[in-house]
Amino acid sequence: MKEFLEGSMAVAKIIKLCKPGVISAYPITPQTHIVEELAQMVADGHLDSQFVNVESEHSAASLVLGAVATGVRVYTATSSQGLFYMAEVLYNIAGMRLPVIMTTAARAISAPINIWNDHQDVVSLRDCGWVQLHAEDIQEVVDLHLIAYRLGEDKSMMLPVMVCMDGFVLTHGIESVDIPSQEEVDKFLPGYKPLYKLDPENPLTLGPLVDPEYYMEARYALEQTQREALVLIPKLTAEFSKVFGRTYNGLIEEYRTKDAERVIVAMGSVCGTIKEVIDELRAKGKKVGLLKITSLRPFPAQNIYEALKNVPKVGVVDRALSLGSYAPLSAEIKAVFFGKAKKPTVISSFIAGLGGRDITKDSIKEIFRLLTTKERQCEFIDLKPELLKESYE
Amino acid sequence: MNKTLFNSGHTACAGCGQSLAARLVIDAAGANTIVVNNTGCLEVFSTKYPETAWAVPWIHSLFENAAAVASGVESALKYLGKKDSINVIAQAGDGGTADIGLQALSGMLERGHDILYVCYDNEAYMNTGIQRSGLTPFETNTTTSPIGAQSLGNLRPKKPMPEIANAHGIPYVATASAGFPQDIQRKVKKALSIKGPKYIQIHVPCPLGWRHEPGLTFQVGKLAVETGLYPLIEYENGKLANVRKLTQVKPVSEYLKVQGRFKHLLNNPEAINKVQEIANYNIEKYNLSEVTT
Repeated sequence: MKEFLEGSMAVAKIIKLCKPGVISAYPITPQTHIVEELAQMVADGHLDSQFVNVESEHSAASLVLGAVATGVRVYTATSSQGLFYMAEVLYNIAGMRLPVIMTTAARAISAPINIWNDHQDVVSLRDCGWVQLHAEDIQEVVDLHLIAYRLGEDKSMMLPVMVCMDGFVLTHGIESVDIPSQEEVDKFLPGYKPLYKLDPENPLTLGPLVDPEYYMEARYALEQTQREALVLIPKLTAEFSKVFGRTYNGLIEEYRTKDAERVIVAMGSVCGTIKEVIDELRAKGKKVGLLKITSLRPFPAQNIYEALKNVPKVGVVDRALSLGSYAPLSAEIKAVFFGKAKKPTVISSFIAGLGGRDITKDSIKEIFRLLTTKERQCEFIDLKPELLKESYE
Repeated sequence: MNKTLFNSGHTACAGCGQSLAARLVIDAAGANTIVVNNTGCLEVFSTKYPETAWAVPWIHSLFENAAAVASGVESALKYLGKKDSINVIAQAGDGGTADIGLQALSGMLERGHDILYVCYDNEAYMNTGIQRSGLTPFETNTTTSPIGAQSLGNLRPKKPMPEIANAHGIPYVATASAGFPQDIQRKVKKALSIKGPKYIQIHVPCPLGWRHEPGLTFQVGKLAVETGLYPLIEYENGKLANVRKLTQVKPVSEYLKVQGRFKHLLNNPEAINKVQEIANYNIEKYNLSEVTT
């Protein structure tokens, strides 16, 4: 049923339909509305779940780790500093092969403290072993959560999955959203059947000390499973589309790229703005397009190669930095084409929208304008040079 | 040999007080128990893949989060309707409890989870090589509180963890010692008969870190209690309910002189006296002496 919903309310509604037995979270803006709503659902008796308020994100992640290891579906959500405070536990959850599902309200990181949207938090955690899916709009956020549970809990995966939604833009934005019925969700997502669990009937030791004889194989297996997720994700989105009628690739989305001469690569909510600009420019005869990255991990290198191999000019928009090096997404896009015969003549790198600075239609037009034969490296868009003149001296 | 839930063949040092206490704890708790272990000696010496000493479901995640992971296990059992039939024990060393794990422990106690938390207190970070922790005693020589021309070892007395746990308003707090094995098992059984968060801190001699003969583990544990340096106490619902009375209070020097970690104090009466003052304070505070005045 279509409802006019704030993004956080939409997430809470879909999580309720997924029936997690244990939910734990710690408050951090802009994630709070999601867990507040879930707490209310439990308080009202509409959701049969143990909702546990913890004293930190570290404990929120640890608590759902313990609960999922006991064989129960779990949920948590965080953002920014909270995600960083969880970081050690996130690596541990992935290494222990436990399917925790988490929403991350993507937000800038401190210092300076800033509560608004960019991707510095989630992109920094790209190597923690979690599947990382990025949503463009609230409907996609909702749908990706269903796919996340199916994917993570699949016996061939046993992987944690993070669904990233842009802080405020999607957590607090309001859109018309199709929230599926319980019957539809139950059909797509049956109850969690753990491959292994803590059970006195069948005692197992989880999280043992592993010496050099065995450690590499455990990490290799995790790496292989991430790669296998590249195959499973499109299968699940195809199945999803049969049940719910909405079609996703789940790894990437190509928007008017077929004959495009200039293509922007981006993640998250800014893709909506980019699509609007593309439509305007296309109306003026400009051959422009968008490649949206939905799955940052696993990284769909082959899909990206196929989508961009014939595009002359590619501009990668990063809402994150790898300070002192290439912007993270741009470096990975370039790596896709290293040593390839077919490739763009130029892959330029742009930094935009840090700390909630709006990426406007004009910002996107500027990026397209700068997509010339001259390769640009970490070109900051909408930077205010006058602010850089302030000095202590 | 009696059947145990903590099997032999693990790699603990000879005379390890922690391995002894851990076996007593799990055997008192029984097979219907899930154990959550912080990183530390016990985790390392009992679960070297592909072997395990544990015959109960056991999980280790990180150094500081056993209390939070156990809270998740307990919440899941509640959701499954199985909490009343399965015990949950979270356990850690003194560093994992009083230092890096204190926040998670405080959260677990405050939220009222039905979990027994056991701190195996060997009074330093033994797994990493005898660095001082918040539970290292006053004037102890450790690798990060070394003795020197300007140092008599650790500068501070032990953090009062049992009182900190008790201040959370939980139903049961106790101290125990590897020197009194039956007392450990009695307290574990008692704790597990009570619903809600419970905290037991067990003094476990470490021959390697304390530098005493491996054969002296029991005696060293007993001496800590008999000198008043490690009072055996029980709090029930916030009130001091029980203490192990001392028929004869031994001077602290008897405890100090058998351990290399206190060797530097032996020719320093003033320094020994300061340790004696800690014992005297405990004896008075908990009314440990049988002798009435």
